[in-house]
Amino acid sequence: MSRNTESNTYTVLFAVAMVIIVGSLLAFVAQSLKGKIAENKRIEKQQNILYAMGVNENEKGSVNFIPKDKVDADFSKYIVKQYVIKGTTATENDKAYLIDLKREAAKAKKPSYTRKLPLFVGEKDNKTYYIIPVRGKGLWDAIWGYIALNKDLIVQGVYFDDAGETPGLGGNIKERFFMDEFIGEHIFKGNTFEGITVFKGNDDPKSLNKTDCRVDAMAGATITGNGVTAMIKKGLQMYVPYLETLKQ
Amino acid sequence: MGILTKKDLKLITDPLADNNPITVQVLGICSALAVTAQLKASIVMAISVMFVLAAGNVVISSMRNIIPPKIRIIVQLVIAATLVIIVDQVLKAYSYNLSKQLSVFVGLIITNCIIMGRFEAFALANTPWKSFLDGIGNAAGYGIILVIVAFFRELLGSGSVLGFKVLGNPIEKTGVYAYGYENNGFMLLAPMALITLGVIIWVQRSRNSSLIEEN
Repeated sequence: MSRNTESNTYTVLFAVAMVIIVGSLLAFVAQSLKGKIAENKRIEKQQNILYAMGVNENEKGSVNFIPKDKVDADFSKYIVKQYVIKGTTATENDKAYLIDLKREAAKAKKPSYTRKLPLFVGEKDNKTYYIIPVRGKGLWDAIWGYIALNKDLIVQGVYFDDAGETPGLGGNIKERFFMDEFIGEHIFKGNTFEGITVFKGNDDPKSLNKTDCRVDAMAGATITGNGVTAMIKKGLQMYVPYLETLKQ
Repeated sequence: MGILTKKDLKLITDPLADNNPITVQVLGICSALAVTAQLKASIVMAISVMFVLAAGNVVISSMRNIIPPKIRIIVQLVIAATLVIIVDQVLKAYSYNLSKQLSVFVGLIITNCIIMGRFEAFALANTPWKSFLDGIGNAAGYGIILVIVAFFRELLGSGSVLGFKVLGNPIEKTGVYAYGYENNGFMLLAPMALITLGVIIWVQRSRNSSLIEEN
């Protein structure tokens, strides 16, 4: 080959050409798939919300969402109201599930901004569920979840997910054995808000004691567990003023 | 095997044992430690690496005469990263669940030293077909070790294989747990992956003394 691949001009030209080709290729792929990806994310979010209130197809031990094609119908069937909460006032808003918690948290850094808190009210078998989305930090990346409470503010179900926790360790927060421990757990101790602590120590491995506001931690995932504790505490805390009004 | 000559076949079989990328070349250790707490995650990782390595090897190899030597490492990195991101985006659009399982590994695949190592050592000097076979072989060799390590870590650490509780239920004390057996939580941590890997290397070298370096 006669081309001199060692020359500086060639090297620079090659680098420029490569960046342009790769850049436009990635931009093209991202643009053309954007709609479909957003759609998938919306469906996932609705599946997660429904999962927390017990609308799922769980079999023994494994997590099973309702099928994709049933999501739209079921979401409007079971989620009867969606609210945006500011302080103690709740405004109805049927697009509340589109609120981006990450963006809200960033905006809320300005003291003048009152954070919009989405709340979903679900109804199933004559029981009312209040589903609260939460978001926090794990070991490697973001973690988030949905917590379904009943009128007495006792946890009825949760769904957790993560962006990049270690599979088999912190990644286990989205497994049944961990999430099911939260069912029935109290978030108030007496009249004070306590949250739920992911607690190390083997005093209650089956999480039978529901009033201690504690669930059993996972081995090898201390930091993710602490992240879950902090996420629940911080996330639910913001709703406490409104939740207290429900109790009356 | 009609299309594979003996030499071609060697490209695939060599990395499985005597020239294994992990146990002999000692590449890709980092991801071998990170993802082997669960067998399922290891299998996903092995398949993804196989795809990226085979495809990347072919791309690099067909460009090998026009890549400027001064920036070849950057070019390799860009190609590996592009492939991984495209795969991830396509999966996100068409197979969302699979992409969720894979998302953890995207970063790990791009920085996997096996990928850069094979681009640099093999694809830059060989034809696309040979590079393709080399990619498949090395990824398979990498995958085998991952699966072996993950099998033992999951079995001894969580008492399960592929998520099935084969040893019984540790909380309700059924199966072997009824006799006082306990899961070894230490197996779930990265240091035990390194020790398991060390044991594999020990076994392999004691069976094949030609792998032992002379001082």
